[in-house]
Amino acid sequence: MVKLIANSPFSKLLPKTIGTVTLTDIDSGKMTLVAPFKGQQKLVSDALKSTLGVEFPAPNRTLGKMPRSVWFGRGLALIIGADCPDLDGAACFDHSDAWAIVRLDGTDTSAILARLTPIDLRESTFKCGHTARTLIGHMTGCITRLGVQSFEVMVMRSMAATLVHELTQVAKNIAARPVISA
Amino acid sequence: MRLPCPLCGDRDRREFYYQGHALMLERPLRDAGDAAWDNYLHNRDNPAGETRDLWHHEAGCGAWIVVTRNTVTHEVLDAILVEKARV
Repeated sequence: MVKLIANSPFSKLLPKTIGTVTLTDIDSGKMTLVAPFKGQQKLVSDALKSTLGVEFPAPNRTLGKMPRSVWFGRGLALIIGADCPDLDGAACFDHSDAWAIVRLDGTDTSAILARLTPIDLRESTFKCGHTARTLIGHMTGCITRLGVQSFEVMVMRSMAATLVHELTQVAKNIAARPVISA
Repeated sequence: MRLPCPLCGDRDRREFYYQGHALMLERPLRDAGDAAWDNYLHNRDNPAGETRDLWHHEAGCGAWIVVTRNTVTHEVLDAILVEKARV
């Protein structure tokens, strides 16, 4: 059997520091999209809680660290960082390697994301543990707040290079502002 | 313009796709006759005032919603999930 080498979607692209912001690649391991059948969400949530310790998240929320569950749209949750148990009441899809995840840390992270996404990222409305399916530039994806100055941005793996390009461009623009106005 | 997605809250219009009047949810019976089907498929009012439309939160949660809005004042009055609109 040929030994295949697993590549990160961001190999050769990340990590990167621009101005005050650092972009790092997150290897999330196993990912499973869970879609409970009609009326089964409570049962599915209980099953997840007992096996992985995280429930099915409420809309726009994420639960746990590793493994964790992320709300991923109407009636959908993404289970990240663990093998998904057998769930009778839900359709489960393997999404491992399907998503490219970047972590952004630094003082200008909010300012950078504000140029790319239409959602309100202020800490008063978008708190730790909040997540949103939204647009990042022209791509659909998911943004999660990890901390005061930390976010996680997720897009489909095929768009990894575009995401890095967009984030880099915006980060450079933001970093150039104090230099220009000085 | 912002639409109040019942799941996600107020979101930018860019995240939504517009389908048309919410009349699409009231599909006539198979044998309802030509007039009913003609109305369902082709004939739409063009109201100056309140209207109910179907929007898809395509760049968000993926839900179809029925939005009540006013075409004169551009006021968005209400939005509910399609699954709740068809009882």
